[in-house]
Amino acid sequence: MYDVAIIGAGVTGSAIARELSRYQVKACVIEREEDVCCGTSKANSAIIHAGFDAVPGSVKARVNVKGNEMMDQIAKELDVPFKRNGSIVVCTKDQDPKGLEVLMEKGLANGVKGLQILDREALLAKEPNLADDVVCGLFAPTGGIVCPFHLTMGYAENACMNGVEFFLNTQVDEIVKAGEGWQLKVLRRDQKKEEVIETKVIVNAAGVYADVFNNMVSEHKIHITARKGEYMLLDKTAGSHVSSTIFQLPSAMGKGVLVTPTVHGNLLVGPTAVDIENKEGTNTTLAGLGSLGATAALSVKQVPLNQVITSFAGLRAHEDHDDFIIGEAEDAPGFYNAAGIESPGLSSAPAIGLMVAEMIRDRLGLAENPDFNPIRKGILDPDTLSLEERNELIRKQPAYGNIICRCEMITEGEILDAIHRPLGARSLDGVKRRTRAGMGRCQAGFCSPRTMEILEREVPMSIYEINKNGIGSEFVVGVNKEI
Amino acid sequence: MEIRELTCINCPLGCQLKVTMEGKEVVSVEGNTCRRGDTYARKEVTNPTRIVTSTVKVSGGKVPMINVKTQNDVPKDKIFECVRALKGVTIQAPVRIGDVVVANVAGTGVNIVAAGNVDAA
Amino acid sequence: MESYDLIIIGGGPAGLAAAVAARDNGIESILILERDKDLGGILNQCIHNGFGLHTFKEELTGPEYAARFIAQVKERGIEYKLNTMVMDISSDKVVTAMNRQEGMIMLQAKAVILAMGCRERSRGALNIPGYRPAGIYSAGTAQRLVNMEGFMPGREVVILGSGDIGLIMARRMTLEGAKVKVVAELMPYSGGLKRNIVQCLDDFGIPLKLSHTVIDIEGKNRVEAVTIAEVGPDRKPIPGTEERYTCDTLLLSCGLIPENELSRSAGVEISPITSGPVVNDSLETNIQGVFACGNVLHVHDLVDYVSQEASAAGRNAADYILHGHGENAKQVEILPQGGVRYTVPKYVRPEEMEDSLTVRFRVGDVYKNCAIATYFDDQLISRRKRPVMAPGEMEQVVLQKAKLAEYPDMKHITIKIEEA
Repeated sequence: MYDVAIIGAGVTGSAIARELSRYQVKACVIEREEDVCCGTSKANSAIIHAGFDAVPGSVKARVNVKGNEMMDQIAKELDVPFKRNGSIVVCTKDQDPKGLEVLMEKGLANGVKGLQILDREALLAKEPNLADDVVCGLFAPTGGIVCPFHLTMGYAENACMNGVEFFLNTQVDEIVKAGEGWQLKVLRRDQKKEEVIETKVIVNAAGVYADVFNNMVSEHKIHITARKGEYMLLDKTAGSHVSSTIFQLPSAMGKGVLVTPTVHGNLLVGPTAVDIENKEGTNTTLAGLGSLGATAALSVKQVPLNQVITSFAGLRAHEDHDDFIIGEAEDAPGFYNAAGIESPGLSSAPAIGLMVAEMIRDRLGLAENPDFNPIRKGILDPDTLSLEERNELIRKQPAYGNIICRCEMITEGEILDAIHRPLGARSLDGVKRRTRAGMGRCQAGFCSPRTMEILEREVPMSIYEINKNGIGSEFVVGVNKEI
Repeated sequence: MEIRELTCINCPLGCQLKVTMEGKEVVSVEGNTCRRGDTYARKEVTNPTRIVTSTVKVSGGKVPMINVKTQNDVPKDKIFECVRALKGVTIQAPVRIGDVVVANVAGTGVNIVAAGNVDAA
Repeated sequence: MESYDLIIIGGGPAGLAAAVAARDNGIESILILERDKDLGGILNQCIHNGFGLHTFKEELTGPEYAARFIAQVKERGIEYKLNTMVMDISSDKVVTAMNRQEGMIMLQAKAVILAMGCRERSRGALNIPGYRPAGIYSAGTAQRLVNMEGFMPGREVVILGSGDIGLIMARRMTLEGAKVKVVAELMPYSGGLKRNIVQCLDDFGIPLKLSHTVIDIEGKNRVEAVTIAEVGPDRKPIPGTEERYTCDTLLLSCGLIPENELSRSAGVEISPITSGPVVNDSLETNIQGVFACGNVLHVHDLVDYVSQEASAAGRNAADYILHGHGENAKQVEILPQGGVRYTVPKYVRPEEMEDSLTVRFRVGDVYKNCAIATYFDDQLISRRKRPVMAPGEMEQVVLQKAKLAEYPDMKHITIKIEEA
């Protein structure tokens, strides 16, 4: 019997798991996919929002601003790439600059620090590539960029190190009330067998599926719409086109798109916003990708779209009432929602994690875990070492002298680390999200056969089982002349 | 009278050739802009041949596969048979260019030979 | 710091030929740095025949062609390091490289030859919409899997792009047991050789659809189907022309891009047209003593031309190492016009050049019954009729030093396509 079972190993579920592991608790995280960070958490703007957008008094406003404040320490503890690059909401000559004042007032009410409205000249000093029509903008120095994969993996690995169990490839099919607690009927997708997990408390952090689980146990039905956002990611040669995150003042035409550097030095343009029926609909579209360039040009000029290295789509879990639903379901004691976590979910994760963990602590009367270790070391980036240190590392572990991904200069040593650390990578995408191998300009053209070889050697999987992102995404169908 | 249509492969022009045949005899070649087109067409309709290349497994070598090819042209309709003859064939390293892998493949009188070097591991 | 007269970055066909030529022209201290486990570069996975018709008057496979140059390198005792990645080249020609045995090493060179080759344009760079499942490979990645590892990446295949690698892989996949359903090509003409269209597609009844592109990829985990559509003259899909193909694999053969990240970091000027370094007649970049050849300089159609060009780079680097070269030599720019997209080299030094210089280029469209005209300023120097020219094939003009000497005040050379 578990004390807590968390459904969903995205950033929200992982943050809750990690904050819970501060206490003496028997907890598990149940994830349908083969890895953590496979849903909304992996495909978003990778932005730490300042917090001026949410309606004052909303849950969103509270956790966004608090999460933003916590991010420096979390990034340090979990060794996550994070940078406060500042953000600017720009207003063009056809727009009413009052919109910026409204945002500023909301920000002040939410407790966002350092907000300033700047004129064109002051903006250009910061961002020379702003579009010619930009007249003024709201500058937020606390805005930041983060690696969403490492934030999620950092939380999950740290939770795992501190005793939380993870069931990957495990799909929750049914939730049944059982006495004071719950029974979760699950399908272990890798073993193709059904099991029952018993727990006192459930946390529903299931992203776009959070409504499904809530509605299994509660009469307070919620409805979550998958809101698709399409993005284009540009080569690092375009990464310094802007240094802050450039938002657009919402207009009758929509919320606009952002143009931002990523914490790894690429340039990101997006997202579109289209509500869709299919909760698995992470496909990009001709129309969506086609619209990004023109929309981006409203705020930033000459975005070098010929430098696109990949495009992707993410699904935001938009709840009908436009706020996060965090807390115990009124009519289902012991069932906690962390639902409707759309943007700014990444920014809010640290605060949501803390908030839900404290609710559960109080309910179950959990004692502190004296062995809790808040530190997770990320994958060593040899680029951060001096020449002597690097050579010493290669002497001890020659794999660090062997470049596998030539675009991002990722060594075999880093890939081995990614495979053998807690909740290690079992797929090419898993390796990619942990190390960036395959994330560069050739998009794994050169390194995928070599990474497949390493995985086959290091994990108990045959070459036919080596996959891109889980069961059903295998690469090799047979040997020559025998398919 | 039978008319066969071909694309000439001798140059980027890619002339569309029309070959008129009487039984197995070529009556005329049209559409070509040079002599090479005529020669190609006559060969291609009477005795089309190809070099076939593939790979076979190597055991005890530094790499797992080796490039092989038919030493000479084989009839075009024997291409698949040549490849099928390589199914399940494994050769022992070291292998040198020209080593015979399958003799007289598919009864063509042509050998399949190694087209790469593999040192022993 | 260890030092060499000449360091060659890349042990593929370009690097090998450059090394041989440099040695034959008097350079003893040469080092080839190769990132893969063997010399030979991408030729090792090109197991089809047809290489070397110009150089050896034989039809060799890729490994056979490579083996001849590898043998020449070994006979000459030229030093090379395998499994060694070059991490950085500085503008003063310090090469930083890394491997398992030696760690990070820094090497000083008197001259450097860039011969890193090219990479394939990826699905992301093509902006193809749809899902991102397993089963989408660049043709070269599939080629490596099939030809070097012996693994089949799929059973039912659609190929986008009719570049030669795509055509070659259509045949390879078919011979090894897969079903290739269609090859779609965005342009109204194929970028591949006629011979490959006939022998790789027609021989096996594989349809080639010109002016078509992929507009959707289905399948969340593994490719389940792709939709192709006809495109108009603006290359935009025409509604109503969509055709859906069920398949488990999409191969992409949509162009090659010279890999010049190292060159850029060294400060080498890169042409926006070729994506390769801007060079003069000695194939030297804007950095003195840094030369370039092969597909890192511009993407070639035939490896024979790579070898020729690389030999020239090797000779010129040797000459530079042994004799230095005239500072501030007069340079004449070659202007590509009227359908000529670029020329390599871009600059000619009439006094320093070898007796004759092959200028290579590609055209931007298919031209029938046209001529390649060369002008020294406004003076027509040569005019050569070409029944057909296509973007997939390189063209060339040979400039004679003696002829240039007759025009000492020349400002520039123009090469253009004219009506015949």
